Amino acid sequence: MLRALKERLSIQGHRTMAYPDGPVSLPERFRGYPTLQKDILCHLDGESCAAACPFGALSCSESGLALDLAKCLFCADCPAEACVGFSNDHRLAVSSRADLLVQSNAEHTLARPLPPDLRRLFGRSLKFREVSAGGCNACEADSNVLSTIGWDMGRFGIQFVASPRHADGLWVTGPVSENMREALLKTWEAIPAPKIVVACGACAIAGGPFSGSPRISLGLDTLLPVDLYIPGCPPHPATILDGLLRLQGRLA
Amino acid sequence: MNESLRLIYNGRAVACSDIPCCDQDRFLQTILDMTGRGWRVSSYCGFPADEATTLYCLLASPGDGVLGIMQTVCNGTEFPSLAVQCPQLQLFEREIAEQCGIRFVGHPWFKPVRFVRSAVSGRDAWDRPDGQPLQVGVMEYYRVEGEEIHEVAVGPVHAGVIEPGHFRFQCHGEQVFHLEISLGYQHRGIEQLLANGPHPQTLRQMEAIAGDTSIGHGLAYCMVLESLSKTRPPAAAHAVRGIALELERLANHSGDLGAIAGDVGYLPTSSFCGRIRGDFLNMSAFICGSRFGRGLLKPGGTVFGLDQAQREELQKRLATARLELTSAIELLWSTPSVMSRLEGTGVVSPETASELGLVGPAARACGLKRDVRSDYPFGIYRMAQVPIITAHHGDVCSRSTVRWQECQKSLDFCVEQLRQLPSGAHAADLGTLQPDQLVVALTEGWRGEICHLAITGPDGRFKQYKVCDPSFHNWQGLAMALRNEQISDFPLCNKSFNLSYCGFDL
Repeated sequence: MLRALKERLSIQGHRTMAYPDGPVSLPERFRGYPTLQKDILCHLDGESCAAACPFGALSCSESGLALDLAKCLFCADCPAEACVGFSNDHRLAVSSRADLLVQSNAEHTLARPLPPDLRRLFGRSLKFREVSAGGCNACEADSNVLSTIGWDMGRFGIQFVASPRHADGLWVTGPVSENMREALLKTWEAIPAPKIVVACGACAIAGGPFSGSPRISLGLDTLLPVDLYIPGCPPHPATILDGLLRLQGRLA
Repeated sequence: MNESLRLIYNGRAVACSDIPCCDQDRFLQTILDMTGRGWRVSSYCGFPADEATTLYCLLASPGDGVLGIMQTVCNGTEFPSLAVQCPQLQLFEREIAEQCGIRFVGHPWFKPVRFVRSAVSGRDAWDRPDGQPLQVGVMEYYRVEGEEIHEVAVGPVHAGVIEPGHFRFQCHGEQVFHLEISLGYQHRGIEQLLANGPHPQTLRQMEAIAGDTSIGHGLAYCMVLESLSKTRPPAAAHAVRGIALELERLANHSGDLGAIAGDVGYLPTSSFCGRIRGDFLNMSAFICGSRFGRGLLKPGGTVFGLDQAQREELQKRLATARLELTSAIELLWSTPSVMSRLEGTGVVSPETASELGLVGPAARACGLKRDVRSDYPFGIYRMAQVPIITAHHGDVCSRSTVRWQECQKSLDFCVEQLRQLPSGAHAADLGTLQPDQLVVALTEGWRGEICHLAITGPDGRFKQYKVCDPSFHNWQGLAMALRNEQISDFPLCNKSFNLSYCGFDL
C-alpha cells in the first residue's frame, strides 16, 4: 500500500490531460482533416485523379475535387497525394452524412450540439452501450482508452456501460457484419428512448477497408439513424472526444 | 525425413509443381507421423474447385527452422477426420468442412465455425439447404447433465467495450466443468476479398485483420509479396519494421498486464498501465502517424524512415516508458494478495498445450519454446536475436511473467535497433509477382505465430490465400484453462490470453 503510494507520488504522477482547456498533443505525422488543392494541379486528369483512391473516397467535378471522409482511410501513402494532403487538425466528427464531404472550396464543418431537449438530458450525463460489429478492435481500443486516466472521459459525464438498459445511446464500431446485425439491432431496441447513435470509425460509417464485401452492411445509417459520425481508421481518441464534447455542446 | 513433404523456408516462394501431391492415406499418415515426432500443424486448409477440393497441410518442425508442406485432392464430400488422434486439427477440419462442404468422418466435435456458406453451392457439410438462412450461433453445444448442473451463457454482446463472441459455461455451482466458445460474429469475408489479389485495398484489409496486430499481419502480407516478386527490402526497412513489431507487442502486453491487475481489483497497476500502453501506441504514431501502425508498411519496405533526431526522441521515450512500466509492474509482484490470485489460476499443462498446438506467450508460459522470431527468423530477426522467454506453470501468473519479461526484451531490442539503425533507403520497388508459386510467410505477432499462405495462378495473381491468426490455435487453450476453475476466474484467464475475435473470424 505504502509502496503503491510512493510510486504514485514519485514516478507515475497525475496524468489527466488539460484538454479541452489546453491543446491536445498530436504526433507530427498524424493525418487529420484533409487539405485539397483548390485547382487540380496534379498531372492526372480529373477522372483518373478521382480513380486513384481504391476506396472511392475521391470525386471530381467542375466545382473541384471532393473527398468523402466516410470512405477515406487517411492512408499514409495516399495515391492522390498530388492533390490531397492531411493537416494536423483532429476535428473530424460531424452530425450528418452529407457533412462528411470535404470540398476544396467549402468550409470545415464540425459536429453540432444535440437539439435542446436532448441536450438537457444528455449534456451532463451520457452513457453508451458499445457494440463491436465486425470491428478489428482498433476503434474499440481507442474508444476504451478514453476511460483511462490520461483522457478521463468520465469528467464530462460520458461513460461506457455494461447494459443497454443503462444506456442513453448506442456506440457502434465495425462494418456491421451480417453475423452481428441481429445482435446489434436487439441491443438498439433494448436501449430506452430517447436515444442516440454514434458511428465510430470508417467501418461503421461505410464499411472502411472492407467496403464491397457481401458479408457486411452498406453503412450503419442504412440500418439505424446516426447522430454522430466519427471518421478515421481508427479515429484518434482526440477526434472521438472532440465529437462527443461538441455533441454535448461543451465545445464551441 | 518424410518424402511426402516438401521442405520450405519462411518467406521463400517455391514452384507449385514442387509440392508433393499425396494420396489420402499417405497425407493423413504423414500428419500423424510428423506430429508424433513433435512437429506442429501451422495451417491446414482446403480450396475447392469444381468437384474436387485440394487440401494443403503446413507442418512446422520443432527445431531446425524448416516447414513442410504437402497436398492431397479430396474428390467427393467426405474425408477422414484425425481430430481424435491429433487434437490440434479439430478446428482446422471444421473450418475446411464449413468452407468447402466436406464432411469430416469421425470428428467428435463437428459443427460450424463462422456461420458462412460453403464456397461450393449445394454442398454443405451439415446438409443445410441452400435457401435456408444461416442462423448464427445455432448449433449443438457441449452439455453436461445432472442435478445441480447449470449453464451460464453470455454474448455475443459482452459487458465491456470488447468484440463479440458467445460463451457457454457448464457449471456446478461456481465450478466450471467446461467452457465452450462460439465465434464467427465478426466475420467480414476477408479471404474472399483476397481472390485475384493483390488489390490496391489489400494492404489496408490485412492491417485490419486484427487491429491490435496491424504490423504483425501487415508484415506477413508484405513478406508474401516480396518473396513472390523476389524483392529485397533495404536494411533500414527491416529495422524499422522490427521496431514497429516490438512496439506493438509492448503496447499490448503492458495494456493486458494492467487489465489483469484490474481484474483482481488492484487499481494502481491497472491505471498506470492503461496510460503506459498509450505511450507505446503514441510511439508508433510518432513513427507513422497512426497509433496502430497503420500506413507504416508497404510491400518492398516502409513508407516512413527515421532520422537522427527522431531516433533520439524515441530512445528518450523508451527510457521513460521502461522506468514507468517497471515501477507499475513491480507493484504486482510485490503485492501478495495479487500474486495469490494469479498463481495456480487457469492452468494449462504442457501436454495439453502441445496437443492443442498453442502458440505465442500462451505456449511459452507452459514451457514450450516456440517463437517464430528465433525458430523461423524473418527480416531483422535474421540479424538480431530476441531471447525466448518461457515459464513452467501454465497459469495466469506464468502468462503474466512471460509477457512482462518479453516487454523487457522488446525494450532492449528497440533501443539497440534505434542505436544502430542502418542508413539509406527504406523502400525498394516491388517487382512483378511470379506465376504458379506457393509461399508461406510467418511472423511472430504479440499473440504468437501469424501464418499467411499464398498461391499464385498463371497470371501471377492470388489463386488462393489463407490467413491463420494465432488466436485460431489458442482459443481452445482458454477453454481448457477454465476447467475446474471458478466461473469468476474467467475474466482473469481471458485477459491473460487476450485472444482476437476478428483475427479468428476473418
